[in-house]
Amino acid sequence: MAGTPPLLAVEGLTKRYGDRCVLNAVDLAVGEGETLVVIGPSGSGKTTLLRCINHLEPPTAGLVRLRGVPVGVDGNGRDLPERDAARQRSRIGFVFQRFNLFSHLSALDNVAIGPHKVLGLSRAQARERAQAQLHKVFLGEHMHKRPSQLSGGQQQRVAIARALAMQPELILFDEPTSALDPELVKEVLDAMRALAAEGMTMLVVTHEMAFARQVAHRVVFMDGGAIIEQGPPQRIFGAPSEPRLQAFLQHLQH
Amino acid sequence: MDWAIIQHAIPLLFQGLIATVKISFLAVILGTLLGVVLGLVALGRNRPLRWAVLAYVDFIRGTPLLIQIFLVYFALPVIGISLPEFWAGVIALGLNAAGFIAEIVRATVGSIERGQNEAAKSIGMTHWQTLTFILLPQALRPFVPPLTNELITLVKGSALLSVISVYELTRAGQAIISVHFVPFEIFLLIALYYYALISALAWLSRYAERRLPVW
Repeated sequence: MAGTPPLLAVEGLTKRYGDRCVLNAVDLAVGEGETLVVIGPSGSGKTTLLRCINHLEPPTAGLVRLRGVPVGVDGNGRDLPERDAARQRSRIGFVFQRFNLFSHLSALDNVAIGPHKVLGLSRAQARERAQAQLHKVFLGEHMHKRPSQLSGGQQQRVAIARALAMQPELILFDEPTSALDPELVKEVLDAMRALAAEGMTMLVVTHEMAFARQVAHRVVFMDGGAIIEQGPPQRIFGAPSEPRLQAFLQHLQH
Repeated sequence: MDWAIIQHAIPLLFQGLIATVKISFLAVILGTLLGVVLGLVALGRNRPLRWAVLAYVDFIRGTPLLIQIFLVYFALPVIGISLPEFWAGVIALGLNAAGFIAEIVRATVGSIERGQNEAAKSIGMTHWQTLTFILLPQALRPFVPPLTNELITLVKGSALLSVISVYELTRAGQAIISVHFVPFEIFLLIALYYYALISALAWLSRYAERRLPVW
């Protein structure tokens, strides 16, 4: 497939806060339909990587390309007009650690508001699409509840439905189960598993190693703002070569 | 206590109270509308406009209301607008309240959790869509208590309009005092009238707050 750019290409992505370098010239490519899991100790820059990819944080340097087209900037590296940047961002889904559901809207409207206001679907069409997405994450009977009436696991599944309803090209997951009670983790991971099986392109930051092992096509290990090692899960977990990755994995077993 | 004069004063002061209610009501409308607009501009992305609003707020906060009243009253004729003192008073109070209300709008919207803003951005909403559909609806209820404080300040401030001879509650009382010279009784009555008016406003505000949804 020479000549076809990867779905997502990250080139020399760098983020500094003052003199602190949180992300140090990261290069990464994600192919269509790939499930990529990013692991690493806290503070390794995993979350910043995701936030820079869809420009929730403007990167200090480097470029992100979606199907070859720069994200957030024009051909000369200048910031895109807000409207264009927003439209582009709608093609990249984001699932937050703390769900961030709109607290004044029902589950249904949380999912429908994007298709209605951003994609310009009629209210009825948007709600229809939202209903379908909520059924898919098994929340059909909770559609009219507000976020505060839902459990953490249910809220996170609504958040996944909200991202899906925009029909994004890929979805970024930022530690989607870290804020959940242990008994609620499974329902969220199951929903993600189903998505991966359908061929959704996913970039997942997580501490759930079992999920990485079973679902990831490729695992990326980050430390100190850089990618240290990457490869298929069997190799990353079975035969890690970098000492820092070995230490990280060993540490997890205790 | 001079009960005869008090009996004579009660209806006269009531007329003053009606005028105070009228002035306050108009100034509340002007101040709230202008304040919300200025607050939204302060939250917007247009930098020169934002700075203009911040400068305005800074000026309003940094100068006494009494001076602002004089400025409006004496400055307007200079630029060729001559208004009866009633309207000069309404405008001065409204402009003053607008400055503080702009700041309240900004602070209330700013206090909404950052994740709401980020989630809206992540589904492709623009700044204005985020403000309109996500942040403002959630800011409505927390907006009410500080707004009420500001409106109470406005009602109290209307007493200062007596210095540009607007006929309102305080001015009405002063007129009675100048004829009968019973300052204690009259000022006590005036205080009671203001207290009743402001209590009614506070009650209204609590009612509105209860009726607004909690998220």
